[in-house]
Amino acid sequence: MTHLTARLTALLGSDVLYRFRRDPVALTAFAILVAFVLAALLAPWLSSMNPHDPAQIDIMNSEIPPVWTSGGEAAFPLGTDVQGRDLLSAILYGLRISIVIGVFAVMVQMTLGIVIGLVSGYLGGKVDAFFMRLADIQLAMSTLMLAIIALAVFKAAVGAEFYEDMAIVMLVLVIGFAEWPQYARTIRASVLAEKKKEYVDAARVIGLSAPTIMARHILPNTLSPLLVISTVQVANAIISEAALSFLGLGMPVTMPSLGSLISSGFEYIFSGAWWITTFPSIALITLILAINLLGDWLRDVLNPRLFKG
Amino acid sequence: MAIVAFLIKRLLQAVLVMFVISLIGFSIQDNLGDPLRELVGQAVSEAEREALRDRMGLNDPFLEQYWRFLGNAVQGDLGVSYHFKRPALDVIADKFPATVDLVIGAAIIIVLVSVPLGCWCAIQPRSWLSQAAMGASIVGISIPVFLTAIFLIYLFSVNLGWLPSFGRGESLVEIVPGWKTGFLTGEGISHLVLPSIALSSIFLPLFIRLIRSEMMEVLEQDYIRYAWAKGLAPRRVWFLHAFKNTLLPVITVGGVQIGLMLAYTILTETVFQWPGLGFMFIEAVTRVDTPLIIAYIIVVGLIFVVTNTVVDLIYTLVNPTVRLVGAPS
Amino acid sequence: MPLLDVRDLRVEFPTRQGVLTALHDVDFTVDRGERLGIVGESGAGKSVAAFAILNLIGRPGRIAGGSILFEGQDLTRLSTHQMRRVRGDRISMIFQDPMMTLNPVLTIGTQMVETLKAHRRIGDAEARRIAITRLGEVKIPSPEKRLESYPHELSGGMRQRVVIAIALLTEPALIIADEPTTALDVTIQAEIMSLMLDLCKTHGVGLILITHDLAVVSQVTQRVVVLYAGRVVETGETARVVQDPVHPYTRGLLAALPGEGTPGARLNQIRGSMPPLTAVPEGCPFNPRCDFVEDRCRDALPALEDLDGHRVRCVRARDLASGVAA
Repeated sequence: MTHLTARLTALLGSDVLYRFRRDPVALTAFAILVAFVLAALLAPWLSSMNPHDPAQIDIMNSEIPPVWTSGGEAAFPLGTDVQGRDLLSAILYGLRISIVIGVFAVMVQMTLGIVIGLVSGYLGGKVDAFFMRLADIQLAMSTLMLAIIALAVFKAAVGAEFYEDMAIVMLVLVIGFAEWPQYARTIRASVLAEKKKEYVDAARVIGLSAPTIMARHILPNTLSPLLVISTVQVANAIISEAALSFLGLGMPVTMPSLGSLISSGFEYIFSGAWWITTFPSIALITLILAINLLGDWLRDVLNPRLFKG
Repeated sequence: MAIVAFLIKRLLQAVLVMFVISLIGFSIQDNLGDPLRELVGQAVSEAEREALRDRMGLNDPFLEQYWRFLGNAVQGDLGVSYHFKRPALDVIADKFPATVDLVIGAAIIIVLVSVPLGCWCAIQPRSWLSQAAMGASIVGISIPVFLTAIFLIYLFSVNLGWLPSFGRGESLVEIVPGWKTGFLTGEGISHLVLPSIALSSIFLPLFIRLIRSEMMEVLEQDYIRYAWAKGLAPRRVWFLHAFKNTLLPVITVGGVQIGLMLAYTILTETVFQWPGLGFMFIEAVTRVDTPLIIAYIIVVGLIFVVTNTVVDLIYTLVNPTVRLVGAPS
Repeated sequence: MPLLDVRDLRVEFPTRQGVLTALHDVDFTVDRGERLGIVGESGAGKSVAAFAILNLIGRPGRIAGGSILFEGQDLTRLSTHQMRRVRGDRISMIFQDPMMTLNPVLTIGTQMVETLKAHRRIGDAEARRIAITRLGEVKIPSPEKRLESYPHELSGGMRQRVVIAIALLTEPALIIADEPTTALDVTIQAEIMSLMLDLCKTHGVGLILITHDLAVVSQVTQRVVVLYAGRVVETGETARVVQDPVHPYTRGLLAALPGEGTPGARLNQIRGSMPPLTAVPEGCPFNPRCDFVEDRCRDALPALEDLDGHRVRCVRARDLASGVAA
């Protein structure tokens, strides 16, 4: 583990920090991201109400426009949605759900990808061929497609009510399972490179387990590509969650993520209640843009040789 | 000969993938609801139900049932849609042309915009247009396709009233029996504009960046320098020598995107209530119309397998140096 | 008037570390039908000189000074359009690696016909006829069929023959060949080189042969320029330079050739290596590697000393030439 920490320190060492401080885009993106994460963490204290609690919602307050337009009320700065929820509170709580799903889904992807990548690269042969073909097919079929189908089938199988309780877990699992190949390929390429090196043989000779030794070398070596992939993957996972929620396969309206908020407001843009969709959309786009800009910047600075394909 | 060997290998792979998909489809059928309830309702005694089950073969061993399912599927029988009361494949055949219209519309936009822009960004990386395109592409990647769609509707339909916000319109032209397209009338095209833009929006950044980076790499190659040294016109160096070499990786990546494109048709069609496969699928999910869900999965699987094989074939045709995968050289 | 007269050519590469000078005030001439060798280790600036003549130095490099007179016009002052009419028409180039030179996705025929059509107002049929003639001249069997081939279907030697054929297509006045045989199999290097020599003679084409190999230079060329760290260090008639090299660097290059010295003995490599452009030493750039080094070599850059048409950039040129120092 000390090896890993040393590597991390070197990685985030002076050069990266120096370039970071000099890059206004990276700084802004990072500031926005921190603000969003803080807002999500502190949602219960920042919001005027708990939008998940039906007792606090008054249907009489539905579709109140933002405070600066005529008909707006000071209690609801960004207005309310059709159920009478304070939109700002709903967005803060939605942000929370979106970020949680994004981060946990990526953790599932990473765990799966690292394990499969290590096993596949180390064992080689048929195991390797099987996983890599599976990765090819999965990527060809597109992960979003697989996620949509998996969730649709699951929803049809368990029924809509039970599904709503399980949605958050299912979203994490489905988005997590759908995107492991990226990680697995990077790790596998690194294993194949390490396997050729002499210390692996040496380790075997002195009776150490080669996989353990390799894992200790490989993980630090792949740290920068993993960091870059993960940044982009969190953004993608949040987009996927929003898309699935928009299709009605994600978070229910009673416990909305940003995607389901946008979805619930969509039909009302024709009748003039533009704010229900607009504000969650702005929050979603800003969040993803900040993560993507940071990812782009990281890719330029760390310049990892990412697996192409 | 190499082409034949390659085709056979790809065909075997395709059959294997379709076999797995059909297995998945069949196990869904087995687990989604009770087919009996759909047919006879609750008011039938347990004994009668059991008899009916026997008669329908629902008590047969799994493999036997699956074999029957496969036999029917190969003959084009994927069951009857609960909602439409028609064979699932007929429903899909009805909706298919709408999705094809949408995909073609988006593909036209993608090619017309990303090829010139990507090339320009590679040739003149410092011009303001290139910088703007690269900046716009990262914003583009960050906007989910359904938000682009909603924004387009809000701006061009609700506010400006220039373009219709949903459906395909009334004036479709039947080009072959059972196949109607919106490309041949003004109204049809006006309905196609917004959905096509929305669908293409997600791929444009990707392709512009891809074409740019690949072309920049190609422009560094010796054979490009040699082409300049031969005194060729810039047009010829860029758009024949460089572009043809750029095309190969773009086709490979583009082929993979076809899968993604189908996934995004689901989102786009849902927003625009476009009567295609994607919208049909989401409705089928809401209605728990199992046969239609399964039919969709199998048809989509088939589309993937076919397009991927075709892309591989095109690749080998464009690139004379490639040895066909798995073919004896 | 010589065919090509390069004077005080200076090529710079602005980088983050400052401006690097790849060529310092380089002079050389080529007469009609003459063959000139440019020799030096990699990094000496040989290829830069070749690309500079055609104004093809990759960004951010640029010609910072000097003139390149060719057939009476200064190539450094031509517009892009005018320059394009010189490239591939009056001056052809042969690159080092035929694997990388020909475009992998275009047929040999396409790549030949386009060259002709870029410079002549002729039809496809006529262009193909000329292409077939040239392929015959470079001894490619069944040239008609080869027009339909892609580069990867030919061997390395065949590809370089094709490149030579392309260079001859427009009957240029000058061919610049940048290490034309280095990437080839040793067994066919001599064959390709003698083919090039014959064709230059029969067509009366001038040749600039860029190489690190003094043996090849002595077989093919009439005059030679030795470059070190972007400067001309010795130049003169090939026979004289090879027989009686003066500059310690040229001596070192010749001593390193196999076949010199006792058979079976170790090759005499020059010690050390050429400095990168970022770290060229003060004074004579060769001084850290020189066996004849004196204190004054580290102080100032020696001028080119003219020994009766044989010019040498060394403060001790005269003693070395008369054999005093040896």
